[in-house]
Amino acid sequence: MNRDQLLQRITALDFYIIDIHLYLNTHPDDCDAVNKYNAMVMEVNALREEYVRLYGMLGMNSSTSGCSWQWIDNPWPWQYEFNFELAGDDK
Amino acid sequence: MWMYDKKLEYPIKISRPDPRMANLIITQYGGPDGELAASLRYLSQRFSMITPQAKATLNDIGTEELAHLEMVGTMVKQLTKDASLEEIKKSGMAAYYVDHDRGVYPVSAAGVPFTAAYIQSKGDPRTDLYENMAAEQKARSTYEYLINMADDPDVIAPLKFLREREIVHFQRFGESLRYVQEYLGNKKKFSMGSLGKTGAKK
Repeated sequence: MNRDQLLQRITALDFYIIDIHLYLNTHPDDCDAVNKYNAMVMEVNALREEYVRLYGMLGMNSSTSGCSWQWIDNPWPWQYEFNFELAGDDK
Repeated sequence: MWMYDKKLEYPIKISRPDPRMANLIITQYGGPDGELAASLRYLSQRFSMITPQAKATLNDIGTEELAHLEMVGTMVKQLTKDASLEEIKKSGMAAYYVDHDRGVYPVSAAGVPFTAAYIQSKGDPRTDLYENMAAEQKARSTYEYLINMADDPDVIAPLKFLREREIVHFQRFGESLRYVQEYLGNKKKFSMGSLGKTGAKK
């Protein structure tokens, strides 16, 4: 996966996690959903590690940095260049 | 506490400048039904929430709204970044421009600066949850009106995403309200914190 593909996969999984997290807050006994949640978190953590290793820091205080300090690297998420293009049906 | 994640909740990649649209979308940054109001409302109200489900819901939706605030600011930024002065003059964004240039400032589409008077924190979890359900519906309507005003698919896609989140949040607040009502229904008296001491009759 190139940088944009990796970021797109992480963004999609993180969104799944946010949504299922809110669902679980009001359905805490749905163990199938808890299992799905756990599986998504493990999958995204592996992808995040790969992203950080190849393209720089993602989570504040949870990513390691090369030297020099990578947190300040451009682009930032509000910049056009940071974001990946969504194609066709994903839009 | 919070930790920043260096990405958006949903990608925003707008190549065509459109100051007219930026001047409308800014209302979801600092307007009456915008994301700043939403976030501040839920993150303040969570301190008086009862039941584990309602506390978590307010905390987490309040947090997600901060990510939406960032998305709205990003849209305004990208829509104005390469807009020429000529375009700004013709677009209806001229009044905003003379106060803020292309900076992102919390105002409504009509230029009214953000005020905490847009929100409440009433101390009664039922009252707050009803307000929140209404707030999600008002924001959903606003996103629909914004989509009606937009023609660029790169702008419409994130607006549709944000509209859908209002619907999910409405659902979760409704479920939280049921938990709270059930909990209070099982008690003879409604008394929380100082409410009990001041002799509330409920």
